[in-house]
Amino acid sequence: MKPFQYLSPASISEAVSLLKEYGQEAKVIAGGTDLVVQMRKGSLSPRYVVDINGIPGLDTIRYDPVRGLTIGALTTVRALEKSADLRQQYPLISLAASKLGSVAIRNVATVGGNLCNAMPIADTAQALLALSAKVRITGPEGDRVIPLEDFLIGHGKTALGTGELLREVQVPVLAPHTKGFYLKQTIRGSIDLAIVNVAVAITVDPGDAVCKDIRIVLGSVAPTPIRARKAEDVVRGKRLDEDVIGKAAQLASEDAHPRPGSIRASGEYKKEMVLVLTGQLLREAVSSAPSRGE
Amino acid sequence: MRQLLRLRVNGEDHEVWVEPWKSLADVLREDLNLTGVKIGCNEGQCGSCTVLIDGKPVKSCLVLAPRATGKEILTIEGLAKDGKLHPLQEAFVKHFAVQCGFCTPGFILAAKGLLDENPHPTEEEVRKWLAGNLCRCTGYVKIIEAVLSAAGSRP
Repeated sequence: MKPFQYLSPASISEAVSLLKEYGQEAKVIAGGTDLVVQMRKGSLSPRYVVDINGIPGLDTIRYDPVRGLTIGALTTVRALEKSADLRQQYPLISLAASKLGSVAIRNVATVGGNLCNAMPIADTAQALLALSAKVRITGPEGDRVIPLEDFLIGHGKTALGTGELLREVQVPVLAPHTKGFYLKQTIRGSIDLAIVNVAVAITVDPGDAVCKDIRIVLGSVAPTPIRARKAEDVVRGKRLDEDVIGKAAQLASEDAHPRPGSIRASGEYKKEMVLVLTGQLLREAVSSAPSRGE
Repeated sequence: MRQLLRLRVNGEDHEVWVEPWKSLADVLREDLNLTGVKIGCNEGQCGSCTVLIDGKPVKSCLVLAPRATGKEILTIEGLAKDGKLHPLQEAFVKHFAVQCGFCTPGFILAAKGLLDENPHPTEEEVRKWLAGNLCRCTGYVKIIEAVLSAAGSRP
């Protein structure tokens, strides 16, 4: 690893001014489970490493039935996995978090880091995008809140400008009868990066079993996680029968545009798996829904 | 530029001057001579560097040294008390869960992290928890057996 200076700001404003001063030569470290690996491999060699773990107030999960969910950027992935609030109100987030790495990694990795690393397979990103999350960013000009979709702009690229820091994730209150589902396909049965992952958040009216709203997020088939909008359009407003599910799965596969080949699978295989996983998730949504009259 | 690191390791306080690009694994091994902490892949996959930080399993190869300041760390050397092995260590010996031994400290500390949180895990829970530790020798069967035995789930 190339030598660097290690800086430990005690406040957000101190962190912001360090990041503004050092610009491209500085990298923020939170959990470090991605950054340290990249620095050791040589793909990143910042001259200044800005450790934000000393900044108070960034590691809590707050839920309010009116305002929704706020997750501090330094919240560990393990905390997301175990949070009673999340398991009750936003189980999709806990589920996706539980699939990230191993326990030892989750004890240290943070949701902010997972998002800022901006990989198209990021587990927490899939869930948060399906739940219409926003992110709050603090910088030299102050705070701004943008949709997570607009934050993840490319493979490894975020919308953070010079001096800006991701501070928290905000998730709106979910519409009643909304459920989340997540599948991560991996080569190894145990811990692995995803070949393809799919998250679905679906709101179904228990009265007439019609899908009121749906968001389908596909990972690893584009430079960022993407929405399978054509698939969503064919499901919204309809009941989930085999015909609709089949069409949606096919369209999700068409929405996917992976590179022809990558380290884990061919583009063709990924498109096929999107079809399979989307179908599985929608069928899971059907079987988990209370039947009419309940 | 070296920084002062204050650590509590296996119940003892230490002050070490380290370059910030050293990992906690490096510091434990080289500055504190705790070579029970192994460096296998050095990228957080194999788990042989697993230590407990404030009671939680962490891959010490991924922790930059300055990050560990003020923490309470347990390595394999700190597990036995007054010459008496910890039940997990006893179980690993009894169940032949050690071959070359390289992965063993990491496994035992990871398992301790589990049993401290969940004293009676199911086999499935043990397998999932230990997914971050790799063993090239044993095929895992005896390791899982040993952990369940230490938990009192099996004789």
